[in-house]
Amino acid sequence: MPEAAVNAITKPVMREVDPSYLFNEAKREKVFITGSEAVKEALRRANVSIAISYPITPQSESMHLVGDLYAEGCLEEYFRGENEFAVMSAVAGASMGGVRVFTATGGPGTLRAFEAFPTWSGGRLPIVCAFMTRGINSPLTIQPDTIEMSFMLDTGMLMFHAENSQDVYDMILKAFAVTEQVDVHIPAGVYIDGFFVTHTRGNINIITEDVKLNAYDPYSAPVPVMDMENVPVRQMRDPFVMKSNFISYDAHAAWQLEISAAAERARKYIKKYFGGLIEVENPDAEIMIMTSGTAVSQSRDAIVRAKEEGINVGLVKIKSIRPFPTEEIRQIAKKAKWIIVPEFNKVGWMAKEIKSIITDNDKVIGAPRVFGGMTMPPEIILAEIRRCVE
Amino acid sequence: MNKNLFKISPGFEDIMPEEYKDLVERGPYGKNYGVADLGSYKELIEEHPLCAGCGLALSVRLTLASLPSPEDTIIVGSTGCSSLLFPQVAIQNIHSLFGNQNAVATGLKRALKLRFPNQNKDVVVIAGDGATADIGLDMVLQSWFRGELISTIMLDNEAYANTGGQESGMSMRGSVLYMAPKGKKFSKIQLPEIARESGCAYVAAISPANPRKLEKAVKRAILVAREVGPTYLQIFAPCPTNYKFKNNETIQKIKEREKDGTYVMREYITPEAQEYLDKVEGGKKNA
Repeated sequence: MPEAAVNAITKPVMREVDPSYLFNEAKREKVFITGSEAVKEALRRANVSIAISYPITPQSESMHLVGDLYAEGCLEEYFRGENEFAVMSAVAGASMGGVRVFTATGGPGTLRAFEAFPTWSGGRLPIVCAFMTRGINSPLTIQPDTIEMSFMLDTGMLMFHAENSQDVYDMILKAFAVTEQVDVHIPAGVYIDGFFVTHTRGNINIITEDVKLNAYDPYSAPVPVMDMENVPVRQMRDPFVMKSNFISYDAHAAWQLEISAAAERARKYIKKYFGGLIEVENPDAEIMIMTSGTAVSQSRDAIVRAKEEGINVGLVKIKSIRPFPTEEIRQIAKKAKWIIVPEFNKVGWMAKEIKSIITDNDKVIGAPRVFGGMTMPPEIILAEIRRCVE
Repeated sequence: MNKNLFKISPGFEDIMPEEYKDLVERGPYGKNYGVADLGSYKELIEEHPLCAGCGLALSVRLTLASLPSPEDTIIVGSTGCSSLLFPQVAIQNIHSLFGNQNAVATGLKRALKLRFPNQNKDVVVIAGDGATADIGLDMVLQSWFRGELISTIMLDNEAYANTGGQESGMSMRGSVLYMAPKGKKFSKIQLPEIARESGCAYVAAISPANPRKLEKAVKRAILVAREVGPTYLQIFAPCPTNYKFKNNETIQKIKEREKDGTYVMREYITPEAQEYLDKVEGGKKNA
């Protein structure tokens, strides 16, 4: 686009509203768009100041579209960084400077940037990052896989997993509302199954263009904003990093516990804005499927077919991976005879998570698993269901 | 910075630490002090944990005394000896990770530009030679290529000092250090020249052996980065601990290296930066 044309675009006038209004009362309209376009539409209403991009398949398109928003005047700053580690560092710097930021990556990019994620949590930065999941090399792969989520489980970040484009749209906006709470203020990842969601079109309801999320208040941070406009400017006389003594160890240990506690405190806001950490269908069934992401959609198909065969199967869609819905799952697991956990990765991290919180965990079936780019036909989930009743 | 932030609330005077009271009453914020004023005010650095005779501690002390607007400066550091010192500095400072300082500074500067469009907020990177020339080089260069309005200051002690004295890209060829047991096999990286060719509007290699020159270079590096473009300052800060010389010989070592031509002090200024400096320095010639 020629520069004059870019300059001619005027910033759209959008009214700032609080999260509850935005999610519950604002008017919505139906559109037929891809997951990548859903990222753009969410960002349009997220009132983000700075977004920083770096190309990687299958994430690139979403950040191109966020770039279009910048050209339209919906974002104040946007640029392409030099690699994922640098991008995650730059968004950290911007967040420490007191503005709302967004970025996205996926697969090898996630691992390239990995060192930065725990520092986001430790720095109490309310960054929202979308992860368009993809296989991890080697050998080189660009295919769908959710294995990177396994690496991300203990970074201290909140983790939400989208089933479809509607979730992508809602979860990105709601992630800002949760992370920016004063008693949370830790980063969030919204995980989107690469290709299956990013590159496919669906009908979704989006908020009309006249409203956007209210502005971020930098002084809601529980740590000093790096702007030389707030105390304490003087930091410490005996920095903990230098001291090999109990007070130093205790300070570091307490800080790690505080990050976990912040994630625990996020539960009430996830319940408020997401309507819960999980969604349940048919909770009294003896056979339950528990999973997240597009594996949920595939499971819905399998459940319909099982019903045709006279087999009653329930479903738990896990929306929040961190914090993990421990109590919710325990309650449902009590009544179930079998828990099937279909996954798009080899390691079965979701099955491990569920097994780790229930006592009679031999009823957890860590199958089916597909990886390396394979699809998950409902038939292979149905086969696991049939095996339960045989 | 809003000066009221620093006032001690009535009734709390007796419980505030002495050094904080000192900072409020005799600190350098908004005073336009320079190195000649050292000793007459409360400095921004409260003691330091570095070795006796550390060239880096002296360089940081002089650098902090030379900041044009300490009340509106944010420092981005990196892992290394200097990261042990910055928590004791009375300016907001960031330690993120090893090597990502210029990426962090990029985001920070852009954020502050958005939040304070009509106010100078100086973002100054201060990191070691390993952080700047080795592990973080790509992010240092890319920030220059992009023309980020930040100052990058390297504390060059020619080694990874904090991890026990390993070879860095800034060590001299032939230096015998850990991880170079048979001597370093390639030359010291010529980062000032690389900086000049990579988009820096102002570049200088200096040392604490000449505090007035150091002060002038620090002020120039920060002022030019406000308006013209990225700047790079390389401060020679030898390490008595790892290079095994007496801790009262640091300045002497710098002078020897200057004399034998193995550490050349130099300054590169683009015409745009020179024009700007002529304006802000009020026509004063180079010291």
